[in-house]
Amino acid sequence: MPPFPEAAAHALRDSQQRHNLHKATRTIRAKRDALVAERDDWEQLRLSAEAIKNRTLAHLDEYLLQFEEAATAAGATVHWAPEAESANRIVAGLAIDAGADEVVKAKSMTTEEIGLDRALAAAGVDAFETDLAALIVQLAGDVPSHIVVPAIHRNRAEIRQIFEQNMGAFGRPAPDGMTDDPASLAAAARAHLREKFLRSDVAVTGANFAVAETGTLMLVESEGNGRMCVTMPKTLISVVGIEKIIPTWRDTEVFLQLLARSATGERMNPYTSTWTGVHRAGSGSGASVIDGPEQVHIVLLDEGRTDVLADPAGRSALRCIRCAACLNVCPVYSRTGGHAYGSVYPGPIGAVLTPQLRGLRSEQDRNLPYASSLCGACFDACPVRIPIPHLLTHLRAEVVDDEPAFPPSPERVAMKAASAMFGRPAAMGLGERLAGLAHKVIRGGPDATVPSVPGLAGWFGSRDVAVPPAESFSNWWSRTDGGTRESGDGR
Amino acid sequence: MRIALFIACFNDVMYPRTGKAMVRLLRRLGHEVVFPRGQTCCGQMHFNTGYQDDCIPLAEHFCDVFDDYDVVLAASGSCASMVKEYYPTLADRAGSQRLHRRVDAVGARLYELSELLVDVLGVTDTGSYFPHRVTYHPTCHTLRMLRIGDRPTLLLRNVEGIELAELPEADECCGFGGTFAIKNADTSTAMGSDKVANAMRTGAEVITAADNSCLMHIGGMMSRGRSPMRPLHYAEILASTRADPLGTGGPVRAVDRPTREFAP
Repeated sequence: MPPFPEAAAHALRDSQQRHNLHKATRTIRAKRDALVAERDDWEQLRLSAEAIKNRTLAHLDEYLLQFEEAATAAGATVHWAPEAESANRIVAGLAIDAGADEVVKAKSMTTEEIGLDRALAAAGVDAFETDLAALIVQLAGDVPSHIVVPAIHRNRAEIRQIFEQNMGAFGRPAPDGMTDDPASLAAAARAHLREKFLRSDVAVTGANFAVAETGTLMLVESEGNGRMCVTMPKTLISVVGIEKIIPTWRDTEVFLQLLARSATGERMNPYTSTWTGVHRAGSGSGASVIDGPEQVHIVLLDEGRTDVLADPAGRSALRCIRCAACLNVCPVYSRTGGHAYGSVYPGPIGAVLTPQLRGLRSEQDRNLPYASSLCGACFDACPVRIPIPHLLTHLRAEVVDDEPAFPPSPERVAMKAASAMFGRPAAMGLGERLAGLAHKVIRGGPDATVPSVPGLAGWFGSRDVAVPPAESFSNWWSRTDGGTRESGDGR
Repeated sequence: MRIALFIACFNDVMYPRTGKAMVRLLRRLGHEVVFPRGQTCCGQMHFNTGYQDDCIPLAEHFCDVFDDYDVVLAASGSCASMVKEYYPTLADRAGSQRLHRRVDAVGARLYELSELLVDVLGVTDTGSYFPHRVTYHPTCHTLRMLRIGDRPTLLLRNVEGIELAELPEADECCGFGGTFAIKNADTSTAMGSDKVANAMRTGAEVITAADNSCLMHIGGMMSRGRSPMRPLHYAEILASTRADPLGTGGPVRAVDRPTREFAP
């Protein structure tokens, strides 16, 4: 995967995708704005959510242990996975122990992050996505491009084509007479998925929230496929990032009000499923399971999260509740789409979270904090008030601080030159000398433009620059005593 | 009132007319304008590109220059937001509580033009005259960092003869973003094209804003695309009067891009 600038340039050439993204992000944005506007306590909700998450992160060790204790007491088995590899090993082992050669999946961002499907395939287990958009992505051999709407870059006609061509290879084929009408496409997906729900003994899910006081997991969704996954199979395995913890049941009140409005522009999402261990009749180990899965496993995943937590300037990114409001308002994301970020978490949050989780090592990660014009729309949209622009500049500084000073990069030389030129009053005349030179060389009128300058081809590829005027403001001020010794207009 | 001008290096060299317009406007309203000597660059470009160490001396120097003034007017919205929003970060990086106190104090006395006029001087009608169709682009840093809201349009609406046209998708970034425009030139250009297209839909002769840097990007694309629109800082519109009107100057004349480049 090339670094963002090249990947974005490639994505921008796909005019169909640009049109799809523009339409979809505008639609979600408008719905979100309308529903946020009807809450006069929106800012208080945001501040509450920020405070709850901050408190949780400050005492994360205690809350995690409390969660483990409560979930275990309720009959769940809690596993600790320091990194992706151990999480994958645990999940594959549990699937094999259950005798499964396939699993159904829902809410699987975190499993996407750790590459679970590949690990399961290596262990001889097929993984089937059950979320409609995730299914579209999987059938097309694609990767998600959005946190909430993984197939946001596709339109109905493309989806119909994907279903017709590929559904048969994964299970029940698309029915004859399927059109690109959303209802028709949904009916085809429902028939295809239902077969899998009824057949699979194991489900793998993520979770939106993990409540420490009760050991409860909560899954928030629109389609009901998550509800099927957490109720139908005998074995339920949930992979949960450790930052998903919230202290008390009551805290969900704040987050549920923020999440649906921010993510999909709904007052409340259609399905909210919660499960606390295994549901048995009576008590004691001999009690029989009366509904839901017989085995509930929870894999608590670190995978770089404690490294993020260790940086006071960067840790606010862990407050993220994966609502994607920042993606939907981002002028960069809404043009390039998610694939250009080369990360499971694209858009503004991806640009600050991914490099921190992965550690700013690769060329790609070092480019991500620069994939933003710092316009600030993301912070205004974020329901947990993550100061994304501040995190971006913080990470850019880390990238620069980390580079060897010798030999200096061309950029460092240019920055030093700019400091020397603009940082010392005595040298400010230099700018004018350059302007004077430009005038001599170009000989244009007052509206002449500058020819391309080496090293700045990126600018001159699409924009002209006017030749600087012959006299700077500071010289004009000195020469005319602030315009008082000059007749005329001072323009 | 005595008002100290913070011109910003970029305006000093590239857009001296904006500073001159502010001087004319404030004097007309009966205020004293001073231009503290020795002012330099605020360091925004360095900071936003990751070169934070280079900015610390610039922040110190900014305080030295502006410490003694009660009211400082920034000719650039984004430079004002750099001082207010990010100088404290630099003081933390320098580990200097003293610098922190100084930048907080100077930041509190620093205003963007519309804040100064509306909030400090209590002026919403500047007695200006500009008989042209104009569209206003709210720049990201003035909108979402300084939070100046609709103060500039409040002032522009009171300009005699002006016809303000609503800019579609106004609050979306134009794509400048400082070094972003070069590092991510393709994305920046895509954003800029959309901004230019929206501006063209208004049928305005002039696109105005509180930041010359964004206008340089928008105007640079307009020039390349032979657009008949002229980018103009709104201070220049407010400086224009019936007695001394400012013309729009017509479109920025596009010059064919020479194939020749300067030798390095």
